[in-house]
Amino acid sequence: MSARVPGPVMVAAGCGGTGRELEAYAGPAGLDGLDLVTRSITLDARPGGPGPRLVEVPGGLVNAVGLPNPGLEHFLATELPWLVRAGVRVTVSVAGATIGEYADLARRLSRAPGVAGLEVNVGAPDEAGAGLFEVREPFHAASVVAAVRREFPADRPVLAKLRPDVSRIVEGARACHEAGATAVVVGNAVPAAFPDGRAGGLSGPAVAPIALRCVTAVRDALPGVPTIGCGGVRDAASARAYLAAGASAVQVGTALLHDPTTVARLRDHLTPTSEEMR
Amino acid sequence: MAERPAEPRGPVHVDGEVVATKRVGGYRHLTLTAPGVPERFRAGSFVAVTVEGHVARRALWIHRVRASSAFGPTLDVVVDVRGSGTAWLAAQPVGTKVAVTGPLGRPFALPKEAVSCLLVGEGYAAAPLFPLAERLRERGCAVSLVVSAPDEAHLLSALEARRSVRSVTVLTADGSVGQRGTAADHLDDLVRRSRADVVYAAGPTDVLRSAASAAEQVGAWSQVAVEVPTPCGTGLCHGCPLPVVGEDGVDRVVRACAEGPVVRGDRVRWDAL
Ligand code: FES
Repeated sequence: MSARVPGPVMVAAGCGGTGRELEAYAGPAGLDGLDLVTRSITLDARPGGPGPRLVEVPGGLVNAVGLPNPGLEHFLATELPWLVRAGVRVTVSVAGATIGEYADLARRLSRAPGVAGLEVNVGAPDEAGAGLFEVREPFHAASVVAAVRREFPADRPVLAKLRPDVSRIVEGARACHEAGATAVVVGNAVPAAFPDGRAGGLSGPAVAPIALRCVTAVRDALPGVPTIGCGGVRDAASARAYLAAGASAVQVGTALLHDPTTVARLRDHLTPTSEEMR
Repeated sequence: MAERPAEPRGPVHVDGEVVATKRVGGYRHLTLTAPGVPERFRAGSFVAVTVEGHVARRALWIHRVRASSAFGPTLDVVVDVRGSGTAWLAAQPVGTKVAVTGPLGRPFALPKEAVSCLLVGEGYAAAPLFPLAERLRERGCAVSLVVSAPDEAHLLSALEARRSVRSVTVLTADGSVGQRGTAADHLDDLVRRSRADVVYAAGPTDVLRSAASAAEQVGAWSQVAVEVPTPCGTGLCHGCPLPVVGEDGVDRVVRACAEGPVVRGDRVRWDAL
């Protein structure tokens, strides 16, 4: 049994707040049916990194937010039920310190009502944050995906979010797909530095052509691997570029920080009946 | 973080327009239409404005709302030019369209009874204290206002507030107008003399911190409008960390734009800010 890939438009991890902040900007349909990837949830609460966490640069934002989140228990008790009641299709982004933690997160989330799918962030620009499992090597990424896949029902998707590193994207996508990822999300922050030299990740319009190149590379090398484009999606044209390159969906991130109605507008424009979705 | 009760009147994202612009001292005052925003405004809330060619948005304090004008309801904001984004905004002529999101954040909490209030603001950030003073006066509160700035050019005009407040104190660091000194120099004394039950403050961290501690010393409440960089302003990016002590006594980091910008002064972990 294969899981349905969400989309065609999703809210990217880390750019949708707790989800409910989007309600004011979601358009007439509200949050009902919105495909949202949560910010990464860890077993224990994390305060996130020090400020400034995001700095504007030409073409985007450099960020090092540090995965702030209230921890799994709190998320399951408050945020998740609220989102489910609002009709959101919730894909939970998970991050852990060990493979065992990933498995634990996946197991407990598989029992929580309303979790539509999981996304494993295996493409952080640097160390994903203090105390998190290093997943940038395709072998390690695949081990994490396999552990999550084992604990999560086969009829629900597990997405692997890879960073747009064109020299390794095919290798990473193949490893994660073979480990059981339903689809790979191609595009994440690109390793970058803040103006003061601190390490971070660049996201926004500047990343779009890089991620698009990576989506094309995956499509050419691995035509059977469903891909989701992410990076610089801000309007119908930028979304269609990914769909035309073979992506089955797009995730919207930084554009939401610029205009919180972006996802509502894209949902209007990219209905599953449009040409690009066939 | 407890669940918030449903907000029937949340923010809106609308196309606004610059309908007036004037230079006042070192600042640019803009009057904007933004359908739905003035109607929802409460003192201490803010707007985030999209700036051409920039990904991050610029957060602006709302200085005044007018329920009706030749352009319908409008809001006034004060722009302090600090970089290319604010420079762009300040340079826009009447007729420029701008995307406005607001009102954002948690506004100042108003006392239930007619108590004595001291309002302390520095620079352009004093803006939200003017509508606050009016709200407080409507409730019968005795309001004293302190406005401070490095120099006269960066002082928001306190003249217009004189009608709604009992006393106005003007401080400039260089002594160009009013008393010489900073808010931090004078606050302990001002708070004590005003016999304030509540101290409201808006400005840079040192002013807020002095206001909170001066209030605490006399057993008054404090409400501070914290200003940290808010790249989105809407609670989506988690880019605006504000370290606080929760109701349960546990240290945590909240979002200044969503759980703030106004918080109780005694809840801020100033050393971690
Ligand atoms: S500025 Fe983005 S969450 Fe506060």
